[in-house]
Amino acid sequence: MKQYGQIDKVTLADLRPDQQGEIVKIETEDGVFKRRMQSLGVVSGAAVTLDRSAPLGDPRIYSLMGYSLGLRNAEARQIHIRICIK
Amino acid sequence: MKSPVTVALVGNPNAGSTSLFNALTGAQSAVANYPRVTTSLTAREVTHRGVTLRIVDVPGFFSTSSQSPEEKVGCDYIHGEEPDIIVNVLDAGHLDRSLFLTTQLIETGLPRITVLNMMDEVRRAGIRIDTALLASALGSPVVETCALKKEGIDALLDAVAAMASTTPAAAPLRLHYDSHLEGAIERVQQHLSKLHPQELSPVRSRWLAIKMLEGDDEVLRHESNHVELVEEIKGEQTALAHEHDEDTAGLLASARFAFANGLLREARQQEGDPTAGFKLTRILDDFFLNRTLGLPLLLGILWVMFETTFSLGAIPTDWIKAGVEVSTELVDKTLPEGMFHDLVVNGVMAGVGGTIVFLPNIVILFFFMAILSGTGYLARASFLMDRVMHHFGLHGTTLIPMVAGFGCNVPAVMATRVITNKRARLIAMLIAPFMNCSARLPVFILFAGAFFTDIAGTVVFAMYMLSLVAAMLSAVLLNRIIPGSGGDAFVMELPPYRLPTLHSVLHHMWDSAQGFVAKVTGVILVGSIVIWFLQEFPRDITYSQDFETVIAEQTALPDSPEKETALKTLKSAQAQEKLEKSYLGRSAIAVAPLFEPLGFSWRDSAAIMTGFVAKEVVVATYAVIYAQEKGSEELTETLKNAMPPATAIAFMIFTLLYAPCLSTIAIIGKEAQSWRWAGFSVAYSLTFAWLLALAASRIGGTFL
Repeated sequence: MKQYGQIDKVTLADLRPDQQGEIVKIETEDGVFKRRMQSLGVVSGAAVTLDRSAPLGDPRIYSLMGYSLGLRNAEARQIHIRICIK
Repeated sequence: MKSPVTVALVGNPNAGSTSLFNALTGAQSAVANYPRVTTSLTAREVTHRGVTLRIVDVPGFFSTSSQSPEEKVGCDYIHGEEPDIIVNVLDAGHLDRSLFLTTQLIETGLPRITVLNMMDEVRRAGIRIDTALLASALGSPVVETCALKKEGIDALLDAVAAMASTTPAAAPLRLHYDSHLEGAIERVQQHLSKLHPQELSPVRSRWLAIKMLEGDDEVLRHESNHVELVEEIKGEQTALAHEHDEDTAGLLASARFAFANGLLREARQQEGDPTAGFKLTRILDDFFLNRTLGLPLLLGILWVMFETTFSLGAIPTDWIKAGVEVSTELVDKTLPEGMFHDLVVNGVMAGVGGTIVFLPNIVILFFFMAILSGTGYLARASFLMDRVMHHFGLHGTTLIPMVAGFGCNVPAVMATRVITNKRARLIAMLIAPFMNCSARLPVFILFAGAFFTDIAGTVVFAMYMLSLVAAMLSAVLLNRIIPGSGGDAFVMELPPYRLPTLHSVLHHMWDSAQGFVAKVTGVILVGSIVIWFLQEFPRDITYSQDFETVIAEQTALPDSPEKETALKTLKSAQAQEKLEKSYLGRSAIAVAPLFEPLGFSWRDSAAIMTGFVAKEVVVATYAVIYAQEKGSEELTETLKNAMPPATAIAFMIFTLLYAPCLSTIAIIGKEAQSWRWAGFSVAYSLTFAWLLALAASRIGGTFL
């Protein structure tokens, strides 16, 4: 489908601890997952930071809306973000 | 006024609804510091200021249009039941996220009370909340509580009672969206009013319109016969998506969060250092979730837990043992010789006394479980283990039901409800019985203590680890056998660390103690009596030799050490034969060939058979059988002489893994909604246990 812009796509999985991200959109075919993320505050414009990673680098804990959310990298890759340096 | 008035406690998972429910009603429902402890509706009536309230604890959820199965119970309740009053429980420390649900509840138009729970944490973090402003913006009374400390409970009951006796406002609060959304909502609303003339209030039709645009499957299915309406909604959704490059649900969600954000900017003030709040959680997580230390620490914590369960438990166990001995002796002497005497001493006292001694171990185990789940560490453990478990086709959150299984497999099977995917849940349910429940603990403590005295705590720990490994390996296998694919996304909110209240920890321990004593005085007592009769009858046995005459002949001989030995051998041979020819012996000998490759004697087979009912009976069976043969020897000593250590290991492994107990089989059948899976669980675990025990006895035989 949309092939352009692949290189520019930055996802939550790319976020580094020293950066702050802003949610752009959730791109997934899985409606249940999308709805779930939306109700947890993963909506466009929301600020997000990376708190820490599990021993093997996956899953990771993100901080958004003042709470900690654990997500696997596979899921984080479906969440597009914009990176703003802290 | 309606009586009783139905009051629903509604909030996000881990917002403290159940703690509040307990504080309001005096109930003792299980609470812990991780999301989704409560999985079903619970209701209790209380009377406050003359008003009878039926308070319902609704399992937590994030959105009323959630499609996740684990949130379904809560969503369905709000859609279907229409409680008279909603008490919206918010975690005051996480308002940014919690107010999302509030915005949806506002749209239901139902009378609401907003509760800011866990206010103590917020105050400690130096945050001030303007409740008056919040109340006017949310169109509901706002009550501050701290459910665990029972603060604000009366104020909340007052507010509920007051609301119950007044008529709700005619035009409740309404959230405003941007013009595109409002336009779409209005058009759908008009269409709905035409389809259901006079039936829908404006609030109700607006709510329905928003839900349909949000894509709520439940509401859409309800209206699915109105093809035009469904078409119109699809059209509106496409138009909105075109306009905003975002689906309608996303637009509505953004608007809801924006409302919450704007409100909190006004109503919430940070005083002092903003990083002060939850600072302890950060420091602890630097330690417990450390990338190198995290996993070793988890193992270390579990080792300490089981080592302490064994070694600390041994002290009070000795006291109980002494008490049992004294009372057995007393009964032994007071009761006149005869069958009743034997039944009481060798049946009841041996079986019940042999099992009750494990009470301290069980209470200590439950103490640790309460700490693990109450502090929030369990949620961390599932985060740490997710990657490892993922390799086995499992999900990190599966760890929660698995650890719950250390207590009892029945709640473990029920706790699998937190798993979204149906197939993943079935797999979790089928591996749950492998978790080393506290009913099996007595067997391991007895065997480890008898055969591996110096490293008994570690052996017990190893059995727990083995149960985890067995569960994981089974998951791999089941993933191949069970058709279908796909697992869950790992999505988990990590709660801040919290100190469980002394009351809740003590309650947990008290509960486990009561449960165990009930089992001992119930199934164990009955089991011991039945086993005693089975090993005592039939009485008209034809012995291979005439023991009576031979013994009489021996006794008549002059006293000598040889005579003593000969008499002892003769008597034990007679007892042995009597047992082998009893009902118990005969049936155990009938199945013994099955267990012969594992090195088990017919006694072990008998213990295994009785353990099908409940695994504590295994120990009781040994106690009753050996009560007949033993002199003054302790059960541990007798056991030690009865089998080599390799066989003991094989027996422990077999006991760990074979068939779930009757209650667990029943709950699997119920939760999986299929008795075939329950049957499968029995057959599968028996095979698995047999193979692993065989391997252990063979390998152990060469080393030990």
